[in-house]
Amino acid sequence: MTNGSGAAAILAAGVGSFALAVLAIAGDKSALVKTWLVFYKPTGALSGVTTLALVVWILTWGILELRWRKKTVAARTSLIALVLLGFSLLLTFPPIVDLF
Amino acid sequence: MEITTRSLWTLIHGMGFGALYLLACSGALVELYRFTTWSMPSEVTPRQASFLKAYLLAMVVMAWGAVLIGTYVVYPWYRATPPPGTVDLSMFPQRLLMSSPTTSGWHSLGMEWKEHVAWLVPISITMVAFVFIRYGRELRNHRQLRAAVLLFALASFFAAGVAGFFGAMINKYAPVQGGSTIQLSHGVEQ
Repeated sequence: MTNGSGAAAILAAGVGSFALAVLAIAGDKSALVKTWLVFYKPTGALSGVTTLALVVWILTWGILELRWRKKTVAARTSLIALVLLGFSLLLTFPPIVDLF
Repeated sequence: MEITTRSLWTLIHGMGFGALYLLACSGALVELYRFTTWSMPSEVTPRQASFLKAYLLAMVVMAWGAVLIGTYVVYPWYRATPPPGTVDLSMFPQRLLMSSPTTSGWHSLGMEWKEHVAWLVPISITMVAFVFIRYGRELRNHRQLRAAVLLFALASFFAAGVAGFFGAMINKYAPVQGGSTIQLSHGVEQ
């Protein structure tokens, strides 16, 4: 079996996680972005942060799956995904967010 | 013994889905590792593989259940804005926590961290389940994929742990409550 399909899923998970963290910071630092991210008022900006992150994740997954499913891709894609995951965990930690 | 509907939903979110997910995580990590290393006996039955796939799918359901109920059911109650002049903030947990320097950290660190990091859980475990269902024991031949799957599963355990811990502590200091009351049992009057 080629590793393309697995790599696509893994990298997409990393990208989606990172998108969540970036959107969360953007909503926290910009009042305009925060207002724009209110998709569901009772939940506030969290609704937009999470919805957009999921859209990024699913779109990335779909595109990469179509491109890589029958291919063998470089092993470093998993490493890139793990780095993105690491940054996501860091950037969702409030004391780190406060540094921006 | 009674419980309000909002407390019940919070219980379903935290204990029903969240705590169950945490419990399931340790089993998933051990089994994923065992299944995908060469040390596992080669006679892995299809039944064992199917069981782990179903196990991971159940975790996917728990993870999505927890974040969706948390974000769209419980969180609105938590962050509700009290009418002007409200003195009793017990029905407004976020405002109650922020009203005192001794409890504000549970919101500014706890909830602010939990509400975002928890979403890494369903993303991670959905990927883990997909890759395992797709590759099964073949993962032992793809070291980088295997490592990434295990590390994402571990990260989901950490993220769920953060969300669970702060959820429990926040609910201890500023419980989400309200709505109609459900009688679970009738006590004996002393």
